[in-house]
Amino acid sequence: MLLKTINTIALPTLLFGVLIAVWSTVAVKIPGFPTPIETWNELLIVLSDPMYDNGAGDQGIALQLFSSLKRVFGGFALAIAVGIPVGLLIGMSKIAQTAFNPYIQILKPVSPLAWLPLALFVFKDVDMTAIFVIFITSIWPIIINTALGVRSVSDDFINVARVLQLTAFERVFQIILPVAVPFIFTGMRLSLGIAWLVIVAAEMLTGGLGIGFWIWDEYNNLNYSHIIIGIILIGVVGYILDTIMGFIADHFDYRKRGRV
Amino acid sequence: MSAKPFLNIDHVDKIFPLGKGKEYVALRDVKLEIRENEIVSIIGHSGCGKSTILNLIAGLDTITKGVILLEDREINAPGPERAVVFQNHSLLPWLTVYQNIEMAVKKVRDDLHPKEVRDHVMRYIDLVNLDHAKDKYPAEISGGMKQRVGIARALSIEPKVLLMDEPFGALDSLTRANLQDHLMRIQMQTGNTVIIITHDVDEAVLLSDRVIMMTNGPEATIGEILEVNLPRPRNRLELQHNEEYLRCRGAIVEFLYSKFAKHED
Repeated sequence: MLLKTINTIALPTLLFGVLIAVWSTVAVKIPGFPTPIETWNELLIVLSDPMYDNGAGDQGIALQLFSSLKRVFGGFALAIAVGIPVGLLIGMSKIAQTAFNPYIQILKPVSPLAWLPLALFVFKDVDMTAIFVIFITSIWPIIINTALGVRSVSDDFINVARVLQLTAFERVFQIILPVAVPFIFTGMRLSLGIAWLVIVAAEMLTGGLGIGFWIWDEYNNLNYSHIIIGIILIGVVGYILDTIMGFIADHFDYRKRGRV
Repeated sequence: MSAKPFLNIDHVDKIFPLGKGKEYVALRDVKLEIRENEIVSIIGHSGCGKSTILNLIAGLDTITKGVILLEDREINAPGPERAVVFQNHSLLPWLTVYQNIEMAVKKVRDDLHPKEVRDHVMRYIDLVNLDHAKDKYPAEISGGMKQRVGIARALSIEPKVLLMDEPFGALDSLTRANLQDHLMRIQMQTGNTVIIITHDVDEAVLLSDRVIMMTNGPEATIGEILEVNLPRPRNRLELQHNEEYLRCRGAIVEFLYSKFAKHED
């Protein structure tokens, strides 16, 4: 027990020391690179007034993060709304699978940023563009995992449904979805992770408002400590998002229920 | 006995296409009449098509030639009047014991008032002595208990025929004996017609009014039919040295291991 405490507290602390030492060395070697202390002080300033709003292009860090999250959830919600029905269809119908599969395989590896100019041209709107790019990149894991979940329904369960003469509707809600839900949440968790990766890059290119734009803006302002602060905050928010999704996924996973 | 059989399997063939014009004849000219309230077991070596017969009666698989009639009505699809107890119980793991049975009852007995559903479900949980486990999930109970839930679920929809596909095959021998006793007691209470697929000689004799012995596949068919003339309730201890029990047992062993011995290559 004590050893475990030492391991979970002492080792990360030790690594933190090493990290700070490396960072300090880099800061000495590269003129203008912010030192850990400078960055810490800047972080306190940034966090002291996270909600200030001096008009477009000059807003507090919380507002920047909030605007990025809004876009992420917009695109993510759209990806869920389209991805789950499509995934169910592909999982249940061999014909649908054959029809969709080539397009999924070809579109899945396309970098989200490749969509960006096209989306900008079509929508002529920063928010819509970001939401579309999030949607088009985060939909694939949802479709693929939903279809996988549907296909993992065992023949025995289908036979139970047949003997009881369940309707197609009852089959989906009483047999297929309960089996597929854990898979769907795995897909959603992957998607949200990707969405959070993509939004930073997208905002750097589109500008306006958002954590990605903020980092790029601070680069142009030669305010390098803020770039590091941005990186840390993106990591922390990403970790929180993933943890929340994990909790929700466990809650809906029947395999984790009834076993204390 | 009435002139018309309760369940009539009439000259049934089952052929599985293997692709490229080839086919596998699993069953050839199977003919069997089953009486109401009868317990019949179908025994044979693996690959003799005994599970195929059960699937045909259940309607889970289609008949190639011939017809199966239940009370003069042709069987061509699955239905709740022919409940199946699957070998691996097939309980839905996200539902509790109670909910698994309730789900079947709600679907099949839509005539029941919501208040009556609860009593109905509890009656069948009680029948398999699982009151104490009604709120447990399948993952939390033993294999034997799961199979009892499977039996309760099948009986709760009050089927005309109870089809059991090697229902106790996956269980250890003590649990199996316990469940066989449960089944005999329940059948005496409910009077169900039961068809059991098994490869266990003692199980077949103990449970059945008649034992159907299958020849080996391909083109498997019914080899012999044995009447088990033992009064009920039956007690496995008393039967150990019973002449009729030993005669039946001997006849099946003779059939399986001499007349239709299967040589594994």
